[in-house]
Amino acid sequence: MTVGLQPQPGVKFLGMPPFPEAARTALGDEQLRRNLGHATSTIRTKRLNAVSELADWEELRISGASIKDHTLAHLDDYLEQFAAAATAAGATVHWAADAEEACAIGVAIARQHQVDEVVKVKSMATQEIELNEALEAAGIDAWETDLAELIVQLGGDTPSHFLVPAIHRNRHEIAEIFTRRMGEVGRAAPDDLTADPARLAEAARLHLREKFLRAKVAFSGANFAVAETGTLVVVESEGNGRMCLTLPEVLVSVVGIEKIVPRFEDLEVFMQLLPRSSTAERMNPYTTMWTGVTPGDGPQEVHIILLDNGRTRALADRVGRQALRCIRCSACLNVCPVYERVGGHAYGSVYPGPIGAILNPLLHGVADEHDAALPFASSLCGACYEACPVAIDIPTVLIDQRAEAVREKASHVGPDPERVAMKAAAWVLDSPKRLRFAERIAIRLRGLIARIRWLPGMPGGWTRSRAVPPIPEQSFRDWWAQRASAEREREEPDGQP
Amino acid sequence: MTHVSLFVTCLADALFPDVGKATVTVLERLGCTVDFPAAQTCCGQMHMNSGYPDEAGTLVRSFADTFAGADAVVMPSGSCAAMLRHHGATVAPGVAVPPVHELSEFLVDVLGVTDVGARFDHSVTYHPTCHSSRLLGVGDRPTRLLQAVEGLSLIELPEADQCCGFGGTFAIKNADTSAAMGTDKVGHARETGADYLCASDASCLMHMRGVVDHQDRAARRPASLRTIHLAEILASQ
Repeated sequence: MTVGLQPQPGVKFLGMPPFPEAARTALGDEQLRRNLGHATSTIRTKRLNAVSELADWEELRISGASIKDHTLAHLDDYLEQFAAAATAAGATVHWAADAEEACAIGVAIARQHQVDEVVKVKSMATQEIELNEALEAAGIDAWETDLAELIVQLGGDTPSHFLVPAIHRNRHEIAEIFTRRMGEVGRAAPDDLTADPARLAEAARLHLREKFLRAKVAFSGANFAVAETGTLVVVESEGNGRMCLTLPEVLVSVVGIEKIVPRFEDLEVFMQLLPRSSTAERMNPYTTMWTGVTPGDGPQEVHIILLDNGRTRALADRVGRQALRCIRCSACLNVCPVYERVGGHAYGSVYPGPIGAILNPLLHGVADEHDAALPFASSLCGACYEACPVAIDIPTVLIDQRAEAVREKASHVGPDPERVAMKAAAWVLDSPKRLRFAERIAIRLRGLIARIRWLPGMPGGWTRSRAVPPIPEQSFRDWWAQRASAEREREEPDGQP
Repeated sequence: MTHVSLFVTCLADALFPDVGKATVTVLERLGCTVDFPAAQTCCGQMHMNSGYPDEAGTLVRSFADTFAGADAVVMPSGSCAAMLRHHGATVAPGVAVPPVHELSEFLVDVLGVTDVGARFDHSVTYHPTCHSSRLLGVGDRPTRLLQAVEGLSLIELPEADQCCGFGGTFAIKNADTSAAMGTDKVGHARETGADYLCASDASCLMHMRGVVDHQDRAARRPASLRTIHLAEILASQ
């Protein structure tokens, strides 16, 4: 029997409105905006300091991008090399084309060991495939052990950030969640729990310790998978990951196929890029590496599920494939002015923020209205590209995915107002005569336009919070023509050449 | 004598002709002869950034035809210059897009001038628009130009590198997020107490002015915190 810690109806991603509407709701939440504004601006400043310490940061970025590009171009070879090396070291390698296959493999392993609970290391890939839900459906509780993931899980909530999944919560909300929920699923929070961060951490530590010591099976993801050695790497801050990766007898790791790096020494580059970009640390506190099974030490049964789930689709996209360089550092989230204001939930995916706005449409395509709305969830300010440690040109990919979304919509929807307006604008703008004509109409109507306080439909988005710009008395081109003819008259006063 | 072909941009042409006139004034004061090819229209940025690359390509090709053979194409917009420089070849393959200069780039790099002989007796805060700073890398050129203006006191804008929230059709498609960003930007500009909020892109200025005017109307107070294009300050005497 499971305790039912999955997100409550209405909080779950599925069934959320597309970005613009979800963003509007989020914008109305003053507490959320304060929490996010405070958290992201703190991380932004710290990251800038951490990055500025390294004189060769730009070279590191280029190395990181190049290693990933090279790997992606030869991914088939490196995956086989990885699988062979991991198998030789005693791991069992599984291949999963999609989320369903990956979950089925994971559930089957847990069932084989007849467990009714597993512990989990924080992992984006397992969230992507909704492994917890699949385990729960099979009667197995999956306990998140990362502090923030624990907060999210206990709160019946969904994560809103890669690295700080509970960034939308402040410590008072967390104390309330711990007090209310911990006792229902394990060791209760102390009666006198306060919002003091040290007390909150202690409550979580005591609650989780029970689960670490009891669990027979652990699930994880991986930050990197080294092809030449078959080694998996997990980078974390709290040590809960180390507990999950070493205490249970069985370890199952769900690894996206883009996590491969060719050589062990390539980690040198990423171990500098990742901590500084994510937590603004020179080095993260816990780095765990394991290669298959080590007899008598750590898990004695090691499974690796290599996950595609749309990655080969993204790889086939000439412009978009660079998104697969992503090392999930979340620097782009922290610098994004859109993310800062609306938070992660509005993106409706485990991958929020600028990288989510390109990764989701690349993994799934843009047939779904949620995925189709995401490439437009950006002002194209470029802060994400500047911060990205593997130099993913997110704005360029966003623009390319916008074109995909427009093409997709045009292929199955009749003429929609936006497309008609854009086509009409292109027709006007493609001719100086037509542009001049349109300008003159606007000038004729300038008195009327000056009185506009409200517009219907999409342009109403502008007038809700911004005044309509006044129309000038004369366009620039007419002013220029007038000036030029006045000059000609000065030069030829009698009109004769 | 330097010959300049002015690309005024469709937005300045139709809505902010004073920006174009000011650009002409500054360039002529510095001894340039300015030409305005009448066939010009738009750089294609709106279509490019909204998912209509074919339409953008058509406009880029018209731009390239109109300005073919120009010595120097100058425009008072960082985002239009960035569009032509970075995306021109993508949407109009095989087309030779002539080299383009954003106004501050042209003044500082080509003419080698920072003091353009302007006078402006007001306090000003400057918003370095995203495409000028991140795509073109104009750096401190605009603020160097402003610092050399007689009578002008330049006040630093808090969180200047944050986007104003315009973003082209983003301002309509994600109007609420765009407005929230604009409100914060205008709030920072108001904090400075400056008379003017200045930028080098008429589109960002239109959005920020829209927020300012909307706030003033809602509060039923006279117009406050004026917005102004860099070219207009540089043209003042």
